[in-house]
Amino acid sequence: MGAPRRAAPSRKPRTPRSRLGQNVALAPLDPPPPAPVVRAAPSPPFPRRGGAVGRVALELAQRLRAAIDSEFGRQYERILTELGPGDFDPFGFDLGYARYAVHFAAALYRRWFRCKVRGLENIPPGRALLVSNHSGQIPIDGMMIATALILDHEPPRLVRSMIEKWAATLPVVSTFFARCGQVVGIPENCRILLEREELILVFPEGARGISKTIDRAYQLEEFGSGFVRLALENRAPIVPVAVVGAEEQYPSVLNLRALADVIGAPAVPVSPLVLLGPLGLLPLPTRYHIAFGRPIVLGGEGDEDDEQVAEHVRVVRAAIQDLLRRTLDERKSIFG
Amino acid sequence: MATGASIRTRTTKSGARAAERSVILTGVCGRLGRLLLRQLHREGRVVGIDRRDFPDAPPDLMHYRLDIRRKACRDVFRREPAQAVVHLGVMHDPRISAETRHTWNVEGFGRVLEYVAAMRIPKLVLLSSAAVYGARPDNAQFLLEDAPLLASGRVSDIRDLVELDMLAQTFFWRVPECETVILRPSFIVGEVHNEIYSYFRLPITPRLLGFDPMMQFVHEADVVQALRQALRPGVRGIYNIGGPGVLPLSQVIARVGRPAAPVPHVLARGLLDRLWRLGFTDFPGREIDYLRYVCMVDDRRARRELGYAPRKSLDETVASIREAFGE
Repeated sequence: MGAPRRAAPSRKPRTPRSRLGQNVALAPLDPPPPAPVVRAAPSPPFPRRGGAVGRVALELAQRLRAAIDSEFGRQYERILTELGPGDFDPFGFDLGYARYAVHFAAALYRRWFRCKVRGLENIPPGRALLVSNHSGQIPIDGMMIATALILDHEPPRLVRSMIEKWAATLPVVSTFFARCGQVVGIPENCRILLEREELILVFPEGARGISKTIDRAYQLEEFGSGFVRLALENRAPIVPVAVVGAEEQYPSVLNLRALADVIGAPAVPVSPLVLLGPLGLLPLPTRYHIAFGRPIVLGGEGDEDDEQVAEHVRVVRAAIQDLLRRTLDERKSIFG
Repeated sequence: MATGASIRTRTTKSGARAAERSVILTGVCGRLGRLLLRQLHREGRVVGIDRRDFPDAPPDLMHYRLDIRRKACRDVFRREPAQAVVHLGVMHDPRISAETRHTWNVEGFGRVLEYVAAMRIPKLVLLSSAAVYGARPDNAQFLLEDAPLLASGRVSDIRDLVELDMLAQTFFWRVPECETVILRPSFIVGEVHNEIYSYFRLPITPRLLGFDPMMQFVHEADVVQALRQALRPGVRGIYNIGGPGVLPLSQVIARVGRPAAPVPHVLARGLLDRLWRLGFTDFPGREIDYLRYVCMVDDRRARRELGYAPRKSLDETVASIREAFGE
């Protein structure tokens, strides 16, 4: 069992905010990273010449940025110093690029979904697998868990989530995920990351979970068993995670499986919100509750037979179901 | 015996040297062959076999200008008491028809294997490539040596190399007394004329819109170093040769300094194929998967067992792409 790589965070004097945007971690690279895909809090890309819409948007973006920068800036500096300068991350993570995405995620986290987080102290230092329920049609839940670890965890930690192989075939999306530190969900990738004492987020329900319709909200789908073998082989503790609130962001009533097969997508959800037109594309501003449970340490080597692994899977699944139920009970209303 | 006029021999400087066991290099006239030769011929006797002429060969090289598939080649192997064979003679030229190339490559290497077995040569080194794993969306970020070789599913040009690699793998158990080594380096850069060279030589470097895979490059000097390490007695097995680091393709293009144009991937293949057919480029459009998905290798085994460590830094390695154009 490796000792945690991240030493206790050393307090670093704050540097002026203007340095934030520079590629501190990517010092040897001269050309700036490519233009970010998500322009949530953009510095210049709004049209400068007149136009009421442009002015309002610029004003909004600046306010948003100021609001986030005050706290996010501090955390971001810390991540930079913890990861240290060096070559490109082997998995394609790029802090200079991810910064924009995290700004956007932070806005969603604080303002849109107003996340309430519990049990962050349960996350052990060093390697661990965060195992969560998956819901909400688009993987905002993964984004919110990762944001919680950056904004609210002490010290801030980078979460790598295991994305669908399908996402790697999509232009723009695949690059965006890679630059934000997301990794294609393959055991070999997991192994390398765990050896580096990183935090990995897995959704054992996979596409089945995220695309389920609203009538089955908060019922866990069947779990894959790969994560248990990974945890055993790499002696990584499992932290059960429950996300409540994501189920209602896009209430889906139907999954067009046939169409999904044709276009090669895992699912094509149909939400009554489409009746609202373009507005229906926005997720509903439900309140997210994210709960981290006590870590589960499994005993074994990873070469157990399927029976034993299935037993471990049941234990983890029950822990998440239990955590979900308790979080749901405490919730007063979907938006409150 | 068919030792005809096609064999042009050069006399060695001393008869004493002829008695030592030599290293046979196939494809010695290629860039890597010359680089390896430059290092080996100072230490011992080197025999070169290549179809091409070698006008400025060092005087102590015994160069046989012949086709590996010819019978005369067998006599070379019989006459030279070789301690090792390094097979670099893989034909890559995309302009030669796939069928001719395939026959030449597979048949040629089959002969080499046959002679190595018959003459009980104790060492065989094949320079394969990391490209044999194939660029696929579900690739591990760093492929290990035991990953399946799936390249030929989509890129038929790489089929030759995959087959040679497989042939060499059967040699592990067919002739266990021979120490067989397969090296699978990532994209080799420097002055080697290969696909990646042709790609960066395009006046405008095409990129796939929205794709920017991480890539590995290895400098030719480091490949030569790995080849020499593979020649050490006792070394056998398959080794990935990664390189000094990884960079996203966009960064590499920026450092090479040519203008780049993002092309939607649905159009890129047809576009590049057309350019290729018209003779504008030697980069065949079939290989765009390598610009779309990761195909990188985990070379920890080579670092551990061969003692391989790239001497060229990532910056130097990438800079050598630009330097190769003489800019």
